[in-house]
Amino acid sequence: MKLDLALRELHRSEKSLARDLLKMSDRHKVEHEVHHVARDLAGWSARHLHELATIGREYGLRLDDDPPSDTGPLHTLRGKVSELSGRRAEPGLLLLADLRRLHRKAAGVSLDWELLAQGAQGVKDENLLELAQRCHPQTLRQLKWANAMLKTLSPQVLAS
Amino acid sequence: MVDRDGIAQPWGSRTPYGPGEPWPVRIDSHLADGVDAADVDRWVPTAAVLHSNGDGMELAVKDGRIVGVRGRAEDRVNHGRLDPKDLYGWQANASPDRLTTPLVRRDGRLVESTWDEAMGLVVKRTKELLEEQGPSAIGFHTSGQLFAEEYYTLAAIGHGALGTNHMDGNTRLCTATAAAALKETFGCDGQPASYTDIDHADAIALFGHNMAETQAVLWSRILDRLAGPEPPALLCVDPRRTPVAEAATVHLAPLPGTNLALMNGLLHEVVGNGWIDQDFLDRNTVGYQKLASMVADYPPERVAEICGVGADEIQAAARLVGQAKRLLCTVLQGFYQSHQASAASVQVNNLVLVRGMLGKPGCGVLQMNGQPTAENTRECGADGDLTGFRNWANDSHVAELAELWNLDQIQIPHYSPPTHLMQMLRYLENGSMRMWWVSATNPAVSLPELSRVRSILTQDRVFLVVQDCYLTETAELADVVLPAAMWGEKTGTFTNTDRTVHLSEKAVDPPGEARSDLEILLDYARRMDFRDKDGQPFPSWNDPESAFEAWKRASAGRPCDYTGLSYAKLRVHNGVQWPCNEENPDGTERLYTDGKFFAAPDYCENYGRDLVTGAPMEPTEYRAMNPDGKAMLKVAEYVPPHEPTGEDHPYALITGRTLYHFHTRTKTGRTPQLRDAAPEVWVEMSSADAERHGIAEGDLAEVTSPRGSVRARVRISGIREGVLFLPFHYGYWDTDDPTGSAGGRAANEVTVTDWDPVSKQPLFKTSAAAVTRVETVAGAAPAPTTTASAPNTADGIPPTEGGPAARTEEHATAGGNR
Repeated sequence: MKLDLALRELHRSEKSLARDLLKMSDRHKVEHEVHHVARDLAGWSARHLHELATIGREYGLRLDDDPPSDTGPLHTLRGKVSELSGRRAEPGLLLLADLRRLHRKAAGVSLDWELLAQGAQGVKDENLLELAQRCHPQTLRQLKWANAMLKTLSPQVLAS
Repeated sequence: MVDRDGIAQPWGSRTPYGPGEPWPVRIDSHLADGVDAADVDRWVPTAAVLHSNGDGMELAVKDGRIVGVRGRAEDRVNHGRLDPKDLYGWQANASPDRLTTPLVRRDGRLVESTWDEAMGLVVKRTKELLEEQGPSAIGFHTSGQLFAEEYYTLAAIGHGALGTNHMDGNTRLCTATAAAALKETFGCDGQPASYTDIDHADAIALFGHNMAETQAVLWSRILDRLAGPEPPALLCVDPRRTPVAEAATVHLAPLPGTNLALMNGLLHEVVGNGWIDQDFLDRNTVGYQKLASMVADYPPERVAEICGVGADEIQAAARLVGQAKRLLCTVLQGFYQSHQASAASVQVNNLVLVRGMLGKPGCGVLQMNGQPTAENTRECGADGDLTGFRNWANDSHVAELAELWNLDQIQIPHYSPPTHLMQMLRYLENGSMRMWWVSATNPAVSLPELSRVRSILTQDRVFLVVQDCYLTETAELADVVLPAAMWGEKTGTFTNTDRTVHLSEKAVDPPGEARSDLEILLDYARRMDFRDKDGQPFPSWNDPESAFEAWKRASAGRPCDYTGLSYAKLRVHNGVQWPCNEENPDGTERLYTDGKFFAAPDYCENYGRDLVTGAPMEPTEYRAMNPDGKAMLKVAEYVPPHEPTGEDHPYALITGRTLYHFHTRTKTGRTPQLRDAAPEVWVEMSSADAERHGIAEGDLAEVTSPRGSVRARVRISGIREGVLFLPFHYGYWDTDDPTGSAGGRAANEVTVTDWDPVSKQPLFKTSAAAVTRVETVAGAAPAPTTTASAPNTADGIPPTEGGPAARTEEHATAGGNR
């Protein structure tokens, strides 16, 4: 059985997504909606990580249960850089690039949840299936958010 | 006849009535000192413009000047009553500091100019920017105080002739969530219920809605029900001890920012106790299973902990709404300007739907507006909507509009939702938008985080045009100032919160060279030489009535159908509820009486958004979810507020309004009776908090946040512990620092920049703040004693009174009204 591998991979990709969301929030502090919503969405990923760590024990895994940190010098520095460049046009392109990357990453996490759900059905683990059914929709909402922000913000960045 | 002090007794004498009976008439009037009703030359019909209630009234004109007002007995909205702002606010028209000539900035100073020069500059800059960048360099920020004809013209110029996506109203600050919540649930904007539902309800639940101060005459209607036989039960959700809270059967005072958790908890109880109308749900809604499973996670004990209210109180509130036979719910800024605004307001719609309380007398929901003409900003498309509640994501709706305007479809932006106010501010900040035309509003006082707003608007690269009646704080920063005529000086229509359309006639001439907003906009269009596809001048209309006729054509077949109205008809019968068309020639009292909604995929105004992320839903998703166009039960999980209180900033700061003022006091601050009733900013705090800081009533305190600070005298009131309240009305035009460059007085110096991702409404009720005592001051805080700012103890605090200058006549008549 390779479900432990799927769990480990999902945990890795979900953690990376959570980190990216927090980084995104810091890097675009002057884009207030991005700043706040990215943080809310990182909260969803943090909860997913906690639940994966919990259920991972049943598969002999010791997955890290700590939510990704949003403090420390880098956090402050990113926020400051965002504020200092807030009057310039260039961060607009950076924002589009970050949203694009986020979209791809969330798509990867979404596929990982799908694999987990398929595997859970293969081994008839109802708890694991329930977890996937509960968390996966939030990943899809993260994915749609990245897409929607890209769609909404890009015309101005590209036209100006 | 009764004489009353309209300041001391804002809701007037009681005229009690019972369920199902007509609300008795009571005609209120106030005339300038020394003027007798017999001296009045003419009475000119209009409706109230200093709140959203739409009280029908007449202006008294003598020798070419407005000299007073009286309520219209036959008006369906107020049955003759007037509130303090209606009674006295007209005096601001004749204020000596009205703008009378255009101003332009020369060598850093605003100097008097001519219309030719001022409009020439506006046209020149528009053309330069169109050449350099295109329409994305230009944005419009309008109001909730213009007339429908003006908004429609602005929408045609902005979305049509110029083709910019950047248009919004200050309605974003007050009613964006009302519109968003209605779109999420019903697929379309449009107030479901009617004011007359107050006459029938046996339970009225007011969510974040201090009706006594925001729609004072409507509150009189409730007070009259409470004084009559079989009064309704009242639920009040508000962290302040408002007049509504005082009158309530159950009062919940949740921590700011936790409304959604509270609503999920209420629904948990309603669903759990089976207080639902399963038959109604089956016939008329989609999404019940999702709702039931979401609210299952919000038992009263959990919600009690999040909201800081007792589990038993939540259960009592749920019983009140769950067992009502005719339930009317109303919602306003306590929800709209707070965290998770749309999700919480949608949950109120859900409450009405699961109880099957819609489209029947006494039942329904009123998602209220803050401003008098906010409904028109929305329906005409001068804010983040397309004209006639058309759907920007539905190509056939855009094609319809293009045909109506005889323009190419690609000219009308529809690649993303129209740019909302706070996003426009960001575009001005990052330099991608360089011209901003502000009409009849005052962002330099009304937007959050004012130091940021000022720094954005004072950039050299921003060309700021301000069209207003006074030299506001925003006008002080402008490159061009255009003097506008106001209410009473021009003709047009506007629509209140319950879809009632009034015609407001010109009573007097505007001062100096001031022109109506319609004239200014059409002058701009002619100077720009906008043309339609056939080379005809666009817009094609040229005065109020022809603009109204054009707007009627734009509304035809849409939910806000005006085709059955005309100026002639409104002159005979003022105050008709839309839709008014061939099928409903007398207007429509309630929407959705037959389980038919405006939500069909091909007809709806909006496909909805994710209630947490705000991401718009795709047309295909909507079609799959709601193929038959039913009402939609949408839900969301509670997420903690973005700016939690902590050690440095231990208080939850909320801002709000007082009965006696409107917006940034441009008019009410120039009206002696209103100015004196609430002359200066104050801060409210609870007795326990005041004691902790050693603060006494009237002491000067400083309220600070990471954004700035405000100095205000303290009113110790019935506000919830841990919460501070600042009125948002006070700016700087009447100080030594008319631009407010030094800050210190406006509540928005302190507020956070954050908005609801769904409605994009800024959140003025979830900032964290600290308070410190500055000095002891003798006497009471300058806060009204008649309203939510009433002191905890009356000792030594003079009551708010208007004296002889506020003398108001009341004529009550028995029965005999419609």
